[in-house]
Parts: sequence; C-alpha cells; structure tokens
Amino acid sequence: MASTVIEGYRQVAPHVRTEGDAIVFDANGVYYRQLNDAIRQAVEAGARRIIIENANGQRYIGAGLQVKDLAIEVRGTAGNDLAAFMDGPSIEVFGNAQDGVGNTMASGKVVIHGDAGDVLGYGMRGGRVFVRGDVGYRVGIHMKAYESLVPVVVCGGKARDFFGEYMAGGMLVLLGMNTQFPDDPIAGGFLGSGMHGGVIYLRGAVEPWQCGKEVGIAEASDADIAALTPVLKDYCDSLGLDIDEVLSAPFTRIAPVSHRPYGKMYAYL
Amino acid sequence: MPATFIQPEFRVKIDYDKCHKCGRCVQQCGWGVYDFNERPVPHDEKCRACHRCVTFCPAHCITIERNPLAYRENDNWSAPLRKAVWKQAETGGVLLTSMGNPQPYPRIFDHLLLDACQVTNPSIDPLREPMELRTYLGRKPDAVQVEPDGAGGYRLAEDGGMSRNIELATPIVFSPMSYGSVSLNVHKSLAMAAERCGILMNTGEGGLHEDLYPYQDHVIVQVASGRFGVGPDYLKRGAAIEIKIGQGAKPGIGGHLPGEKINKEVSSTRMIPQGTDAISPAPHHDIYSIEDLRQLIYALKEASGYKPVGVKIAAVHNVAAIASGIVRAGADYIYLDGFRGGTGAAPAVIRDHVGIPVEIAVAVVDQRLREEGIRNHASIVAAGSIRSSADVAKAIALGADVVAIGTAALIALGCHVCQSCHTGSCSWGITTQKPELTRRIDPEWGAERVSNLVHAWSHELQEILGALGVNAIESLRGSRERLRSIGLDEQTNRILGVKPAGM
Ligand code: SF4
Ligand code: SF4
Repeated sequence: MASTVIEGYRQVAPHVRTEGDAIVFDANGVYYRQLNDAIRQAVEAGARRIIIENANGQRYIGAGLQVKDLAIEVRGTAGNDLAAFMDGPSIEVFGNAQDGVGNTMASGKVVIHGDAGDVLGYGMRGGRVFVRGDVGYRVGIHMKAYESLVPVVVCGGKARDFFGEYMAGGMLVLLGMNTQFPDDPIAGGFLGSGMHGGVIYLRGAVEPWQCGKEVGIAEASDADIAALTPVLKDYCDSLGLDIDEVLSAPFTRIAPVSHRPYGKMYAYL
Repeated sequence: MPATFIQPEFRVKIDYDKCHKCGRCVQQCGWGVYDFNERPVPHDEKCRACHRCVTFCPAHCITIERNPLAYRENDNWSAPLRKAVWKQAETGGVLLTSMGNPQPYPRIFDHLLLDACQVTNPSIDPLREPMELRTYLGRKPDAVQVEPDGAGGYRLAEDGGMSRNIELATPIVFSPMSYGSVSLNVHKSLAMAAERCGILMNTGEGGLHEDLYPYQDHVIVQVASGRFGVGPDYLKRGAAIEIKIGQGAKPGIGGHLPGEKINKEVSSTRMIPQGTDAISPAPHHDIYSIEDLRQLIYALKEASGYKPVGVKIAAVHNVAAIASGIVRAGADYIYLDGFRGGTGAAPAVIRDHVGIPVEIAVAVVDQRLREEGIRNHASIVAAGSIRSSADVAKAIALGADVVAIGTAALIALGCHVCQSCHTGSCSWGITTQKPELTRRIDPEWGAERVSNLVHAWSHELQEILGALGVNAIESLRGSRERLRSIGLDEQTNRILGVKPAGM
C-alpha cells in the first residue's frame, strides 16, 4: 500500500464473517482502500460469493476484478466507480449506486435495485448494467462495441441530459417506469449528440429538439422488439419485474445517421 | 475558372541527363507525385518535400526547390495566409495539419545558456569519473521509512521507500504517439529501443498491440477520453498509466482518427469496429473537476494494483495552479506538453496559436510545487519540441525530472518534418497504415537508430554534467543558478527564475 496519509478516515480492515459459502464484510466506517483490499484478498484466496453489508458510499467496489464466477452483493449504497474496468464478475446492489457505475467495464453484470447517478457506463465495452430506477446525467457516454463485446445498459426510470452522447456501440435502453419524477420527460436534452454507433431504445417518445443532430428517431420495428425482448427478459428476471408490462407500451428507436459524423469537416493542408 | 488558385509550394526538378529511368522515385513517393512515361514525370502540386525520392534516387538527379513564384510582397498577407484563405474558400473546412508549431515565436531554450565550472569549483571528466543519469519517475515519500536489517543496522523498508517508482537509465522517455497515428513498426521500434535503453515508450491513446506485450515493463499505457483499447488487462500490463487530458499541439482539442485509417489491426488494438471514426473529445466526460480527476486516478490505481498514474496536460496559462491540483489529486507524475509539441493531426489554427512554451510551464510548475511543499509528490515530465541534449539539460535545470521526445525519435526513423502526417501517406512509412509504406520501417533497424539517438544524447548529457561540475542528473534538477539567459526580457527572466548572462 502506498504511503499516502488518508486524513479523517479510519484505517481499519472490515469485520469479516461467513454466511454459508459467502464471505461477509461489514463496511461500516471502513475506508474504500481497506474494503477493496479485503475483497481482492478474499477473491485471491478463492472466495466466489462476497457480501458487503452497511456499504455507505465506498468507491471502486469491483474495480478491475477479472474473475468470471464471482458474485458480489452490496447492501447499502455503492460509491462512485462501482465495477470500473471490471471484467467478469456480477454485482448486485440492494440500494442505490453513485456516479460512474461500469466505467470502461469490459464484461460482467451489475444489477442496481435503486437509482444510480451520473456517467453510468462511460466507455463501457461489454457486459450488462441494469438499474431499476432513475439515472443521472451523461449516461452511456462513449459506450462502444467490438466484435463479440456488446455492452447493454437498461435503466428503468428516467434520465437527465446527454444520454448516450458520443455513443459508438452497444445498446442503451430507457424505460421511464420506476421513477421519482413522473412529470419529467423520459430523458433530458442532447440525447445521442455525437452518436456514431450502437442503438438507443426508449419506452415512450422524445421530441427531436431533445436529440443531437447526429441521430435519427423512429418507431421501433418488429425486428427491434425481437432484439430487445431477450435483454428485457434478463432485466425483468434480474429485478423481479413483469416483462409483459414493460413491453406493453411502444418503443422508440434512436440510431446514428452516420458512422463518420465528422468525415467532411476538415480540409487537408 | 481554374479548380484552384493555389500554386504548388515546391518544384521537383529531375536532371534527365543523369536519370537512370529506374522508376524508384515513382515507387518511393507516398503522395503519388510521379507518373512514369518513359521517364519520371513529377506533378509538383502533390510534392510535400519529404525527400524520400531524393534520398533513394541512385543518380542523385532529383532536386526539390521552393517554388520561386513571386507573390506580391506583403508582410501582413503572407503567401501561406493567402493559401489558407483560398483553401477554405474552396472547401469550407477546418484546415488540418500535423507535426509541431512552425511559427517563428521566440524559442526560449535558444535564449538560455548553461553555465560551466572553472577554477574554484572544478569540472569533472566524464570519461574517467562516473556520471549518474539514472532517475526515478514517481512520487517520492515525505520521509523514508527504515527497518532493522537484522545485523544491527537499518535498511530502507520495502514499502517505505521508492518501491513504486520507475527507474529510468537516462532522463528521457518517448512521447505518446498512438498506434493508428503511427504504424505498428514504429511502435515496435520504440518499444524495443525503450527496453534497450532502460527507459519507457508510451502507447498514446490507441491501445497496446499484442506484439508489444514482451516490452510491457517499458511501456506507459495511456487512458484518454475515448478509452480506446482500455481494459483491465491493458491497465495491468503497463509499467505506469497515463491519463491524457491535453496535448501541446492542440490544447483543449480532442483526438480524432478518421474512419478510413481504422483498418483491421488498428481496430483490434483500439477495440472499435473498422471504418468508424475514433473520436476522443477534449473533455473526459467523467472529469469536470480536480476531485473527478482524483476519482479516475484512484480508479486506475485500484484496477491496476496501485501502479503509478501520471496526468498529461498541455502547457497553458495558469498551468501552475492546474498542476498543483493534479498533484494533490494523487498523480505520480505530471506531463507538461508545450505548444511546439508534435501531432498526427490538428487544426492548424490551434497548433499554431494555442498554448505556451514548455520552458515557461516547467519553470512555473516546479516553482509552485516547491512553494507549496509538494514538489516531491510527483515527477515532472517536460515535452513539446525537445530537439537536442542541450534542450534536455535546460529543461531539467528549469525543474523537470525527465523529458519526453516524440518528433526527435521520428526524425531518427527518417521523418523529414514535412508536416503531412495527417494525410496518412507518409513516404517514410511512419505516420501511415498502408502496408506498402509501413514495411519501410524494419523494427530492428528502427530500434537501433532510436537507441543510438538516446545513447548519444545521454553521453552528451554526461559531458554537460561534467562541465557543470556535478556528477548526477538529479543534482541538476531545478538548478536554475546553472542557467543564464540572453536576449530575454526582465519579466520572462523572473518567471523562469533565471538570471541574465553577466550576472
Ligand atoms: S529515382 Fe532518380 S534515377 Fe530513378 S527514375 Fe527517379 S529520378 Fe531517375
Ligand atoms: S512522419 Fe512522415 S508525413 Fe509526418 S512529417 Fe515526418 S516524414 Fe512527413
């Protein structure tokens, strides 16, 4: 561990107990470094089920972990950059998550039973993130796909501005259902601005002025619904929701007009 | 009307009496200047004066001249300005260019002179005395921790010292140049040279090709806003991780690799589909404050097992305050890129008019970090047109720990600074992905030439240290007393912390 002085935080390892095959950490008052250190050590020692109790905003849970069959359960609030650069594990949060969930995540699954904050799925290149409730600003920015790596983010509530900005691949879904903001539009402005790959599905409608000029807006076709259904099934199974209800309203498809949005902007000296 | 008002900048002249009519010029030119019709016929308007044909002509019968076409003289409306207006009137486009800022702004390095020892403090003979060029990249502890060595003495505690620093055999690293902007063979040349010289190369923002995995201990992996090629494996492979915020050639401007350059190999290294634009905008959309930057620094540390994380910014006004924030955010080094830094592609207006010289940036950042008592918390890397070992020594005397070289390394590989990298047709096989051009650089040959350059500069640095009467490069760091300025105004001297010659 680096010799940094970390002011104001107790430098203590979390209390550990076992519960069946799971290792349970009590995160109450534990600084993120000690918590994540303990998680990494447990994973290295062979733990495949980890429960974090009393999570209260500890950052970077799951960051950089590369174990496929690892399941982490977070009880409480997960802090910023949950599952950042993660490749493989599944994380289930019984509570809310803060900003930066799934930052540049490569594969794995994150299920959040509450709401999530800003920049969810930034640069995400694989895996799935499912949020039951609302999400913040700049969700799905720079999501990108490559060959078999196709990221999927489904948000059950409403989103703020810049949803899917610069999106280059993958699938972003916004349902507008479990929301604290029933009177707000389903998404804010600048939706898909600079988008040059991937697809966004909205359960409901957006006005063209809400969207970037780089995207086209259309009603979802039967083929779209066919592509969407297995994803929504997984989403509903993961969160105990009713797929028939989710599919009972029309969806809007938003996709880029060009893969080369800036192809004609320059003159070569 | 003619298709263009723009006249050729150069004239290709062939002395047909000497010409062997071998056709090599035709084959060597990446820009298709030559047709062959019983003898080579040049199209002047395509020539970029890269000298590939000149170099390879066995008869030495090609000359390239500036087109002597007389523009009506005008100091205000220079010929290049007129050309730019015509080009934009024709296309409506942002003028795109490459390499470093060619404008005649004062070059501060050329107004600084190194001191030397005479009688009272003798110089040292580097041929006989050891001269230490080794330096370390990374945060230095506020106090070293020692532990008993078991034999009645003490030794440096394993994590209480500098265990997370990266040792460099000489205070030079290679600047970030992405695979995509340069060819894979250039990346291999630099990686092999870095290993041989005991220094580091830098992936730039284009990911790490698997051919470079054997050299990963000598590679800095970069994380830019587009996160191209970034995954947990990538982060774990690099010796250090660098967050790219800005670049000296284009402060405040993002990266954009046009879709036509994203071929299969580039696409697999960047992990994006072939043919789509690779856009990494200037802002990281998860960084809107120093606290956000800290969050990314620590996310990268958590994900990589606490590797050193550096932050690269362009030198701009207020750089000292920005640097202080970056250091307080936990960066292990800060990379300052001056306004003469190179680039594979940038809007000409930005390259030529935005940013400040690295000399000033290094001096004010070093000074500020010292005043705040945090200079030891991060190393400073200086870049942006380091052209010689003299520039290296002067940058270090102004406060840098290490310098980064980009254009100089490319020149070692054949670059003639023709400023046409953005066309993707580099005849020297450097800034291109066309296989018939990229194979012109053999990595083994390239590694040899670049290593030679680093070794030569290192020897020169030893000579300089000897002349200054110090025997370690770290003793020169921030030692502005060993510099004198000539032809700089009082205020610039004060900002640099350098006395004028004669004082
Ligand atoms: S390379 Fe030289 S000798 Fe050969 S055809 Fe061209 S100009 Fe003539
Ligand atoms: S790398 Fe090639 S295209 Fe770029 S300046 Fe050098 S010679 Fe010209």
